[in-house]
Amino acid sequence: MTDTAAERTDAVPTGTASTGGGSGEFLRKWGVLVALILLLVVSATMSDRFLSLPNLLNVLRQIAIVGVLAIGMTFVIITAGIDLSAGSVLAVAAVVTADMVNSNGPLAAVLVAVLVGAGLGLVNGLGVTLGGVQPFIMTLGMLAFARGLAFLYTGGQPIPTTDETFLAIGNGRLFGIPNPALIFLALLVAAYFVLRHTTFGRAVYAVGSNDEAARLSGISVRRVRTTVYVISGATAGIAGLLYASQLGVGTPIAGEAFELDAIAATVVGGTSLFGGQGTVFGTFLGAAILGVLSNILNLTGVNPFVQRLFRGALIVAAVMLQRKDAKGR
Amino acid sequence: MTEPLAELRSVSKGFPGVLALDHVDLALYPGEIHGLAGENGAGKSTLVKVLSGAHTPDVGELRLHGRPVRFRSPREALAAGIGVVHQELAGAPHLTVTENVLLGRLPSGWGRVRWAEAHRQARAVLDRLEIPIDERVLMGRLSLGRQQLVEIARALVRESQVLILDEPSAILGQHDLEVLFTALRGLRDRGVACLYISHRLNELFELTDRVTVLKDGAHVATEPIGDLSMNQLVALMTGRELVAPSRPVREASAAPLLEVDGLTRAGAFADVSFRVHPGEIVGMAGLVGSGRTEVARAIAGVDHAEGGTIGVRGRTVRMTSPRAALRYGIGLLPEDRKDQGLLMNRSVRENIGLASLRKRSRFGILRGGRDSRDAAALARQVDLRYRGLDQLVRFLSGGNQQKVMLARCLGAESQILILDEPTRGVDVGGKSEIYALMRQLVDGGVGILMISSEIEEIVMMSDRVLVMRAGRLVLELAGDDIEEDQIMRAALVHSVADRQGAVA
Repeated sequence: MTDTAAERTDAVPTGTASTGGGSGEFLRKWGVLVALILLLVVSATMSDRFLSLPNLLNVLRQIAIVGVLAIGMTFVIITAGIDLSAGSVLAVAAVVTADMVNSNGPLAAVLVAVLVGAGLGLVNGLGVTLGGVQPFIMTLGMLAFARGLAFLYTGGQPIPTTDETFLAIGNGRLFGIPNPALIFLALLVAAYFVLRHTTFGRAVYAVGSNDEAARLSGISVRRVRTTVYVISGATAGIAGLLYASQLGVGTPIAGEAFELDAIAATVVGGTSLFGGQGTVFGTFLGAAILGVLSNILNLTGVNPFVQRLFRGALIVAAVMLQRKDAKGR
Repeated sequence: MTEPLAELRSVSKGFPGVLALDHVDLALYPGEIHGLAGENGAGKSTLVKVLSGAHTPDVGELRLHGRPVRFRSPREALAAGIGVVHQELAGAPHLTVTENVLLGRLPSGWGRVRWAEAHRQARAVLDRLEIPIDERVLMGRLSLGRQQLVEIARALVRESQVLILDEPSAILGQHDLEVLFTALRGLRDRGVACLYISHRLNELFELTDRVTVLKDGAHVATEPIGDLSMNQLVALMTGRELVAPSRPVREASAAPLLEVDGLTRAGAFADVSFRVHPGEIVGMAGLVGSGRTEVARAIAGVDHAEGGTIGVRGRTVRMTSPRAALRYGIGLLPEDRKDQGLLMNRSVRENIGLASLRKRSRFGILRGGRDSRDAAALARQVDLRYRGLDQLVRFLSGGNQQKVMLARCLGAESQILILDEPTRGVDVGGKSEIYALMRQLVDGGVGILMISSEIEEIVMMSDRVLVMRAGRLVLELAGDDIEEDQIMRAALVHSVADRQGAVA
């Protein structure tokens, strides 16, 4: 028996909250930005070197690689998934691309990095959708598997490269802005457009918010799910390319635990692990907050061990602040 | 009789917008099995929740052994000797029957469970109920019916004086039903008071001593079951003599939009055939669990049927997914807003547009202006009360949430609409708006299949009515033949209706 009277008891509290929103909505939308501004102000008072343009550009350059990973991660997490393999996929892309530069030149290397990443992402996506494996497990498996691939490919040795064009990707500047930062920002704009202004973006949010409702509305949930892992793989590929180019070497130990930093940036940026919520703008802010924090702690000479405490506490605090209004999904 | 074990005196319980219980009296005496009957929404569940401490009454009092009591939680009610067996199973499938029966009160000493003693205790309870189940097997290995019996044993392990069974028979097969009845009769003979809720009226006649009927939250009657006939009971439940509502006469136009033939899915429904023509509303009645929602889902491509065919505008098609169904012009309004319908933490705009993204875009890129204009127009069409297209759907009232789903359905411009409980949780004003909208749609040539638990709604809105029971279409009525008590009888009564319902 489904008593409709009982149903109504469920429905009514939602109704009484119809005036809800208000300050909660403001916090949800702008809380992360406010936090970043606060952090910038505090940092500026703590060190006069902080607010210099070179230092800020440096921060941007430092967060670029993890930031690029976090863009793909944001797509995945919005669908209530997770991609633990991003760091390992980065390593595969880094070693393959370094090898390619030496044999086939920089253009091929760039293409191959993205394709290799997207390919491994496709495996993740198909494992989740067709294989029915939970995203956590599927990508945990890929985390180990891809790392193994990277070691196998190189025999455990780093692959150095000296191609000038290739090295310029990670180390050059355009209009004084470091290239990795530019690439990061360009990808942000692209991802923002896709999530906000395309049917695919709508579908990503719908799948994460309520996949059954999405399916009943005619959205191909499997295709959307698979695609977000491909995107995450592709951004990991680009991150691997940047990594190899920045260091001038493709090493199989590249990017270890980077996926955790990417997840941290995404979550601090307001994307909910339960899915259906989040923006890449938030992810940028999240990455920036974490980057600025470590920058100011470095500038003020805080013990690196203590820095980790700050970082951990910040992640938890940021998410606790957001929980307040995320309740009652 | 003697003093009642448990008694509700003039109990009222309201929720915003609904008076779920309106000055209801109920007395449960030791040694009786008391039936509780009423349509969906009559207040049965609320009454159970008041008795079992899940709700506190707004007005009136609850008495136990003649003394007024006030339960603040189900735990207190349990401690006071009121056991409840809920409709949904709550057992732990990975534990043994013994552990389930004695959950939370396993005998222990020195921090370890005394298993021999535990099994002995569980066996004793099962034996007392004459339930032939091995206490050492895992709960999950038992059939659902058997698990239900274990639940009953669990409710009794506390020596409850009052036992409430909320539709225990919904999932029981005939044999398990016999075991249940035997157990309950044994309890009655030992002086326990049972409150037995069931939609299957013949069970009430077979098992209970007295029956109380609720309608729209009010107490209608309490009678010894022997004084009632089946027809009288149905009349009490449905309330009044039937008043035929005015219904515009429609010409069923020649070609059907939707043709369903012999649709079958094992365990859900079998051999279901019907037509939906443009310009008509076909109502589908039946109990929850009668297979009506499953049929709707099969037609809309959500689940796959195993046998039979679905034809759209004369062409037989395969419904492989909701996506395919939408392409064929079939839209589904799912029955459950929260689980199947809405993106609660997304905006009104996104929710409304979800089923018509292609129309709002070019090469996959949304046309922002058109997207917003369309959403606003659809919101206006369903008379949505909202603050703006960016408002999150979870901040809307239940009725307005329902309208958002309806607006989405309209946006897809489907020719065939399957509406599963279209007015669930909607207040009276909102209902008439939705009804008006449905009429407007069929006037425009759409065909609607409407599933509803509210019989008045079925009678008022339908040009034709299909009644389902136990996975089969058992009755079809058209035009002036549509009568409330006939529908009720066909939906509810097992044996009686099978013999006479089709004729009546």
